[in-house]
Amino acid sequence: MSTRHILIAGLLGLLGLAFWHLAADYLPDAALNPTAAYYAAHAADQTGAPNLVTGIIITWRGLDTLGEVTVLFLTSAIVALVLAQSKAPAGAAGPGFLPAGELLATGTRMLLPLIALFGAYVIANGHLSPGGGFQGGAVLASGVLLALLAQPRMRIGHALLARVESVSGLGYILVGLAGLAFASGFLDTAFLPLGRFGALLSAGAIPLISVLIGLKVGAEFATILQSLEEGEDAAQEEDAA
Amino acid sequence: MIPLSFLLALLVCAGALIAAGVALATASRATAVLGAGLVSLFASVLFVILAAPDVAMTEAAIGSGLTTFLFFFVMGRIRREGGK
Repeated sequence: MSTRHILIAGLLGLLGLAFWHLAADYLPDAALNPTAAYYAAHAADQTGAPNLVTGIIITWRGLDTLGEVTVLFLTSAIVALVLAQSKAPAGAAGPGFLPAGELLATGTRMLLPLIALFGAYVIANGHLSPGGGFQGGAVLASGVLLALLAQPRMRIGHALLARVESVSGLGYILVGLAGLAFASGFLDTAFLPLGRFGALLSAGAIPLISVLIGLKVGAEFATILQSLEEGEDAAQEEDAA
Repeated sequence: MIPLSFLLALLVCAGALIAAGVALATASRATAVLGAGLVSLFASVLFVILAAPDVAMTEAAIGSGLTTFLFFFVMGRIRREGGK
């Protein structure tokens, strides 16, 4: 056993020790901490969203959500930047992706509309049932993934994706600023009427923000997936040339 | 009497551990990636049992779906472009 193995084993042991201490000292809280208690007591009447989770993460924790979406945007930008640098070396041959089989191609034709519909449902009902913009956007992106697998040659225009991404991002910020202007602060959703509790169009600006986040997250993931796929394509074209 | 959801959670945890073990032990890279994706899938079932369907949805779509295929896309690129 080399010193490297011993070092790795030692580090893993330390990590295990840290986790063991965390787990051994763990005591479930007897009561909610004050912030959580406030959220639990007032989320329904102040945000107007029956799904408290989405109500909380879009209003009181709206900045966190904005941060998450920003991190995802940075990731997709960096992936595109790094991949634009990489060039296939001359003579790099070998099988790329095999063409999709009959089963996948046919199944995709049937499943893709359902996945898109489910994603739209999860986004639009984020304030009513489990889900929300982030989850629905990820579902939409998995639909894009399925389409890419079934048709490796399929392309969604980069310009379209970039436009969807930036328009929804800008819209999110504008909605946040509208909260600053017409309600109590940045990303406050109460500048639109709360409406009837449990209706599709209710809970202030939460459905609007969900739709914007869903489009943004979906476009970002689709960009990442497609730019990773595209290298394959460019390399294949070089081989053919 | 042990509640049913606890037994179910134990079963799911065992499945996740087995999948993680497979991912570590296997010699095939594709099997390892699929094993890691399976861990995520079990984790998302566990989140449903723990009454966190929002988290479960994210975990299932991103953890087990997109990430797994991201690995395959990257592996395909490395195979093509890796210095040969």
